[in-house]
Amino acid sequence: MSPPTNAPRIVYCHCAYAQVVPPEVKQHVLRVLTESEISFEAVADLCEMAARRDPCLHSIAGGGPVRIAACYPRAVRWLFSSAEAPLPEQGVEIINMRVATAEEAAAAVVGAEARSAETI
Amino acid sequence: MSPAAPGRSLRILLFEGSGSRPVPPADRFVMMSTLLQRGYAVTSVRHGDPVTPAGRRGPFAVLGRFTATPPSEAQDEATGDRVFFRDLEGTAPDSVASLVEGLQAESGTSKPGGWKPWFPVIDYGRCTNCMQCLTFCLFDVYGVSADKQIRVQSPSNCKTDCPACSRVCPEVAILFPKYKMGPINGDEVRVEDIHREKMKVDISALLGGDIYAALRQRSVDAKQRFLRERDDKRALEERRKCLAKLQQQLDIPPEVLLALPSQDQIRAKAERAIARAEGLLGGPPGAPEEA
Repeated sequence: MSPPTNAPRIVYCHCAYAQVVPPEVKQHVLRVLTESEISFEAVADLCEMAARRDPCLHSIAGGGPVRIAACYPRAVRWLFSSAEAPLPEQGVEIINMRVATAEEAAAAVVGAEARSAETI
Repeated sequence: MSPAAPGRSLRILLFEGSGSRPVPPADRFVMMSTLLQRGYAVTSVRHGDPVTPAGRRGPFAVLGRFTATPPSEAQDEATGDRVFFRDLEGTAPDSVASLVEGLQAESGTSKPGGWKPWFPVIDYGRCTNCMQCLTFCLFDVYGVSADKQIRVQSPSNCKTDCPACSRVCPEVAILFPKYKMGPINGDEVRVEDIHREKMKVDISALLGGDIYAALRQRSVDAKQRFLRERDDKRALEERRKCLAKLQQQLDIPPEVLLALPSQDQIRAKAERAIARAEGLLGGPPGAPEEA
């Protein structure tokens, strides 16, 4: 079943070039997403995209409500700004996979549980 | 290795909408995790949901279990970009990476990966534009914008795993998202963090006026001891211990400590950066530091 049209887009960051996100958390989140019926964007590493100012960051930031599974909200917010693609003040949820448990993060990403999501 | 130059990268769409059959979830997971680990971004499209916002540029590859044979290549009418289609029927999930790497080469897009994206990110909500990071950084990562605002000018110059500039920032405004501990990793800044970070700066000052002078003096002392005692092993050991202690306190790679410039050099560097920003040297504000 498709998500409602007003549901936020989902962006998952795999943090592929460092070991700072616990592997069991990101693997669980990715597994839950791939087992769901939800369409989503998966990026290898938001840091790497910001460093080369990937235009996709503009699409993520400017495409309406979005839920981003990545790391600390302060880091994610300023990463987007560093690429001159600032996230809007409203309509952005950031799930911190560095501190959430695998189950909390996955539940927050698919929207069944919003309590552990940090919102900026 | 430096990051790929700003340019086009191959985007991947795993398409399971109209005209294609679903991919088994276990295969979907393997395909996506393999591609992500190799640095590719993947959009998982289910039921034709519009997850790809308008305005995206660059070639992309559409992978799926198509019910009818698609063309191997087409052109995006809006952008003129090349669009590749590949049927995954009969393709083992862990072979998708080689298929995509072939398309990446064919499309002439940049090869992803190969660089740990380690660079500072400025929290402008905290930054006071004091320029301490610019004067401290040995690698010309920082620059000054036309409006005299500090900015990260050359992220790929940053020394991997070196968070030294964040240590001298009095406002804890410099993040390294891949750093292991807060608040440098982007965790919220608490009052005690500000005190702790300031203490670290003070510790370096207490070593002898400033960290540079202290290091130079330790180096001179070690050389004098070497000359006096003709004991090279002891002098080297002393230097190693000093550097190890500083490295532990500040979490700075030893090769960075060994390359620290003098205070005069860093003052001159700051003045040059500001002058460049004001256009006095004729170059654009973001021009790289001369050697």
